[in-house]
Amino acid sequence: MEDMIFYDRLQFAFTITFHYIFPQLTMGLSLMIVYFKWKFLRTKIQKYNDAALFFMKIFAINFTMGVVTGIPMEFQFGTNWAKFSELTGGIIGQTLAMEGMFSFFLESSFLALFIFGEKLMGQKLHFLTGFLVFLGSWASGWFILATNAWMQHPVGYEILDNGKFVLENFSALFTNPWLIPAFLHNQFASVVTSAFVVASIGAFYILRNKNLEHGKLFLKTGVIFGLVSSLLVAFPTGDWNAKNVAKYQPATFAAMEGIFETEEAGAEIVLIGQPNMVEKKLDNKIAVPNILSFLTYQDWNKQIVGMDQFKKEELPDNIPALYYSYHIMVGLGTIFIGIMLLAAFFLWKKRLHTIKPILWTIMFLVPFPYIANITGWYVAELGRQPYLVYGLLKTSEGVSPTVSSGNTLFTLLGFVGLYMLLGLLFLILVGKTIHQGPKPIKH
Amino acid sequence: MELFWYIIIALVLTIFFILDGYNFGTGIIHLFFAKKEKDKKVVAKAAGLFWDFNEVWLVAGGGMLFMAFPTFYASVFSGFYLPLIIVLWLIVFRAIGLEFRSQFNNTMWTAIWDTSFGISSLLLALFFGIALGNIVRGVNLGGVENEISLYEPHYFFLPLWDSSFSPLTEHPGVIDYFTIIIGIIAVVTLAIHGATWIRLKTNASINKKLKNVIFNLNIVLLVLTIFSIVVWQIVNPNSLDNFAKRPYLIIFPIIYFTGLFGLFFIKKIKKDSYNFALSTLLIIGGITSSLASIFPVILPSTNSINESLTIYNTATTDYGLSVAFNWVIIGVILLVIYIIIQKRLLKGKIDKMDYGH
Repeated sequence: MEDMIFYDRLQFAFTITFHYIFPQLTMGLSLMIVYFKWKFLRTKIQKYNDAALFFMKIFAINFTMGVVTGIPMEFQFGTNWAKFSELTGGIIGQTLAMEGMFSFFLESSFLALFIFGEKLMGQKLHFLTGFLVFLGSWASGWFILATNAWMQHPVGYEILDNGKFVLENFSALFTNPWLIPAFLHNQFASVVTSAFVVASIGAFYILRNKNLEHGKLFLKTGVIFGLVSSLLVAFPTGDWNAKNVAKYQPATFAAMEGIFETEEAGAEIVLIGQPNMVEKKLDNKIAVPNILSFLTYQDWNKQIVGMDQFKKEELPDNIPALYYSYHIMVGLGTIFIGIMLLAAFFLWKKRLHTIKPILWTIMFLVPFPYIANITGWYVAELGRQPYLVYGLLKTSEGVSPTVSSGNTLFTLLGFVGLYMLLGLLFLILVGKTIHQGPKPIKH
Repeated sequence: MELFWYIIIALVLTIFFILDGYNFGTGIIHLFFAKKEKDKKVVAKAAGLFWDFNEVWLVAGGGMLFMAFPTFYASVFSGFYLPLIIVLWLIVFRAIGLEFRSQFNNTMWTAIWDTSFGISSLLLALFFGIALGNIVRGVNLGGVENEISLYEPHYFFLPLWDSSFSPLTEHPGVIDYFTIIIGIIAVVTLAIHGATWIRLKTNASINKKLKNVIFNLNIVLLVLTIFSIVVWQIVNPNSLDNFAKRPYLIIFPIIYFTGLFGLFFIKKIKKDSYNFALSTLLIIGGITSSLASIFPVILPSTNSINESLTIYNTATTDYGLSVAFNWVIIGVILLVIYIIIQKRLLKGKIDKMDYGH
């Protein structure tokens, strides 16, 4: 049984991690494509339309990947987490079914039109279809976050005698206090990814001395979107989420911040350190006193409950992984703000495209927003452990009762092999698209 | 309310098989009949343009099943664990085959993805047919052995096959001689459907030949259909009782046979859209007749200890179902609007449309 839960969790973690590489780009990029298309409508300057069409190609490759890796996510609720599906389907089935109905139909209907229809329907309608694709992809984020919010902070439910969770109040699913902060945080984080990708391709073109005019446009747009979204991810949305965790999941909060012992007169914020689970302390710790209390409660001396105040079975089961995920996310987010501030300063001085060290940095920064986004989700998911539905349903109670661990290992290995192939193809295709570049400007 | 959701979900999944069915069929035709590069390209395009929109029907149907009949969803998805995951892998191969074939102008590259598209389409059609066969045949709910349930009464687990390949043993596998017949019927039906779609949507040079192909496949289909009914009568003598008990259900087999006999006139029918409509009737009739033969059961139990799963003992509460009723109506209205816009803007044959990103 232990094996079984381990393989089930590993398969879900692996497939969702790989899946989320794609939607985080498409959600943010759809917004930027709408921006480029809108600029083109306003100014009639060709390079804006080129940018929209170029990033549409990148969008389309990512969208395909997102769809084919997304279907297994929905199916796995039933295949690997049957007991969880049976018990909670009456609630999370609502939001997942609504995602199909209200977002996938919208997105896929208008994506085909956006890709094929520019000549058929004229510029204004083309802009409109792009906007509807954006709307569909953000709606998808909304319903997924609503599902996750219910698992983090269950509301509007009733538990029947047979243990089933059934819906008691539909609108509570969407007024969940967990939902809006988490949704905004997630969406701005996906804009960070797309902005960094756009800026990075721009920096690459400038460094290669190729497609210069487009390169400068990509760099400028990427840096502006990147700066604004990095700031919004940290404040107010990141702050808002951390306060929610402190309020609704205090054990998780202590674990992710690395607070082993309750500090009566204000808690320090840990910058660096490795959790030592044997001695229950942080090794090689660098911390700043009282900051955490201030950030969480706007009170320098407020007490923050440490892990010592919780029973072992109330704490997340992998504290180091949670702690590292959280600190990697926060650390990267801080670095992003720093780099983007610097880049924005030189952009304002109109010199950014001449400063090679910054261009190289921006070009190589691309993997990091992906890492930050994914570790952010690890914080949410590891932090919720040992529960599937926080406080109510344990992860170990959710697995399929009849599927053996041998079968799960078999499918896990299959997914790993298949996704390696997919990842390889994806890189080839994106590389090819970037190499071809946007349509050259005729002078 | 349970009945309403049962009908909605059956409808959504039937639409999925009509829409994505022509993609599977196109893949099968592509595998066996498209020889020239030009034909291959056009035929792949006939499938490739809309596959993601078509796939959404599966996702939507799955989501609704999850919401409305969570017990059924949990039981079936975990019980058919291996075939379902294999279907997921095939869906990936099918999609990347379609999306990637035109990315490089290299004969080896296109050959790889054409084969990937063709074979995975064929296997998907086969597996979906086998799945339908399993639903009709039923499973050993509760995993009963020597009159004792090994699991909770609504759970089961099926291996891919057992050595006898017989639907009559205590533990039939996913693939036995009955379900494989249904699988082959699905392959033939969808090949016909794909062929009528190619004729409707393209001017490929194989279109003339496809009329003969459809006619011949239709003869095969008639033989297989009769054969499957006979086999099913032998395996389960009560299999047609539901139609005697609820005579109005006979409408569904009538739909199927209308499609089947109609297609024998293919050489006389001028309009491609009529042929496509007839092959659509085949799919609608095939799926609904199978479901009707066990209604209101949705997964029969093959043992006498545990009850069959019905739409009533697997549904969520009335409140959940009626809330969802409200949003699904809004959703359907929006969907109809999208489809009207889509069809208006992208009508006609697609040979000349600029595809390949």
